[in-house]
Amino acid sequence: MKQDEIILSIETSCDETAVALIKNGTEILANVVASQIESHKRFGGVVPEVASRHHVEQMTVVTEEALQQAGLTMEDVTAVAVTEGPGLVGALLIGVNAAKALAFAHGLPLVPVHHIAGHIYANRLITEMKFPLLALVVSGGHTELVLMEKHGSFEVIGETRDDAAGEAYDKVARTLNLPYPGGPHIDKLAQNGEPVLKLPRAWLEPDSYDFSFSGLKSAVINTVHNAAQRGETIRPEDLAASFQASVVEVLVEKAARAARENNVKQVLLAGGVAANQGLRKALEERFSDLPQELVIPPLYLCTDNAAMIGAAGSVAYQKGKRADWALNGVPGLDLEAQ
Amino acid sequence: MKALAIDTSNLVMGIAVLDGEKVIGEYITNLKKNHSVRVMPAIHDVMKEANVKPAELDRIIAAKGPGSYTGVRIGVTIAKTMAWTLKKELVGVSSLEVVAQNGKYFGGYVCPLFDARRTQLYTGLYGKKDGQFQAVKEDRLVLRDNWLSELKKLDQPVLFLGNDLDMHKERIFEELGDQAVFGGIADHNPRPSELGRIGVEREPEPVHHFVPSYLQLAEAEANWLAAQKK
Ligand SMILES: [Zn+2]
Repeated sequence: MKQDEIILSIETSCDETAVALIKNGTEILANVVASQIESHKRFGGVVPEVASRHHVEQMTVVTEEALQQAGLTMEDVTAVAVTEGPGLVGALLIGVNAAKALAFAHGLPLVPVHHIAGHIYANRLITEMKFPLLALVVSGGHTELVLMEKHGSFEVIGETRDDAAGEAYDKVARTLNLPYPGGPHIDKLAQNGEPVLKLPRAWLEPDSYDFSFSGLKSAVINTVHNAAQRGETIRPEDLAASFQASVVEVLVEKAARAARENNVKQVLLAGGVAANQGLRKALEERFSDLPQELVIPPLYLCTDNAAMIGAAGSVAYQKGKRADWALNGVPGLDLEAQ
Repeated sequence: MKALAIDTSNLVMGIAVLDGEKVIGEYITNLKKNHSVRVMPAIHDVMKEANVKPAELDRIIAAKGPGSYTGVRIGVTIAKTMAWTLKKELVGVSSLEVVAQNGKYFGGYVCPLFDARRTQLYTGLYGKKDGQFQAVKEDRLVLRDNWLSELKKLDQPVLFLGNDLDMHKERIFEELGDQAVFGGIADHNPRPSELGRIGVEREPEPVHHFVPSYLQLAEAEANWLAAQKK
């Protein structure tokens, strides 16, 4: 009888302390996330030092909870996977060193995982991947189109030249005086607004899959400023809807073109901004009559979690990828070098 | 009792393995290098050399700070994770107390210090009390000159220890004159064997709640609290 592969995975790249247990690469046995969002709210953003302190407080508590939920002990674990990067270095280091301690204590293999590979592999917890595939990665720090020919192979065919989509959301949210984190607030406002304001779409060169959101962000700020000077008021709902429409249209159209031009079988949505309702709806509409299968993970797998690290970790483990005891947290880790 | 001691709280990285009444392995460097990359290989090597397996440990001891925020978290995270997962006892020891041990036979007071920037010190005062070498003034973050005037009032010789001493020597001598005694180059590194020795004698503490002793709030938190008071 073939023994089940159980990956214990750890994710601490930003402000979530997360541990999961994943069976055979696709089945979630436990997925525990301790969010620090309440703590960082008062600062209007994630403070790295505060995040690192919380990770130290939470690390063993969250690991214990995950094992309890799964009804497992460390004896059942096949390998320990951990986010190596990218992310906040001080935060990454807590997960990396906890993972090393666990692996060392129990003589287990240690598997390093790229955070964005994790976001993409969140999809494998929903449905099997069909290659070649295209992943649209949209998060606070990333806006990328990633082409995958097979498991564990990542080619970044498009990326942002300035701000990530999530960053643009946060900055526009600040312009509208919305509380942190701004993205979900804009999404909510946008649902009650009309995209009546003319805002630019940055298509860049006709053959480019790259993105640019800094011009849009400036246009939003100018629009608000000019209206104020003329003594006009803009409904925040309409501003949010107009901004969101611009972001979403560019994301969806570039993804659709990349999917067509690269003959992919599947299009996966990945990253925290994948929780955005406007983006989900627009993708579903656009791909409803296209040949590619569209996969959008449920919300709890879009935001940072360790289940996705376990899913990516399982593939890396099967491919023989191992870290030694010198594993470090790498804030600018390269996805294509994986 | 078999014990593993880990110190990554400052530039010095120290690992020791103790067995019963003996220190059976010790590794120490004082280099500006990355603790996260080097400490786990060092733990592996010292334990392998000492022929002690993780499961054979009874206790894990961490230098809990003060010191470098990132540095101390690395050692504390490894220590608490190992202690938790192996169901072993955990003890944290002040990083200043470990340095102070290098002067425990001095006779007078011992003042270990780490530079804390902006003419501040992480420091404390150690000496004989109730027949034991222990803290006589608790660890603190303090303005250097305030601390020196406090020590001056003691009117007793004070031995200063710590690798950051050179930055403060002149000012200390100005203030305390002959009252000040300075350790030599071999007296400044915290010895992981001393960390282990102290840790073996202490009561273990709850593992989940164990955190570094930073001795100050994160800057953003301090600013936020100050703003609340306004
Ligand atoms: Zn993420």
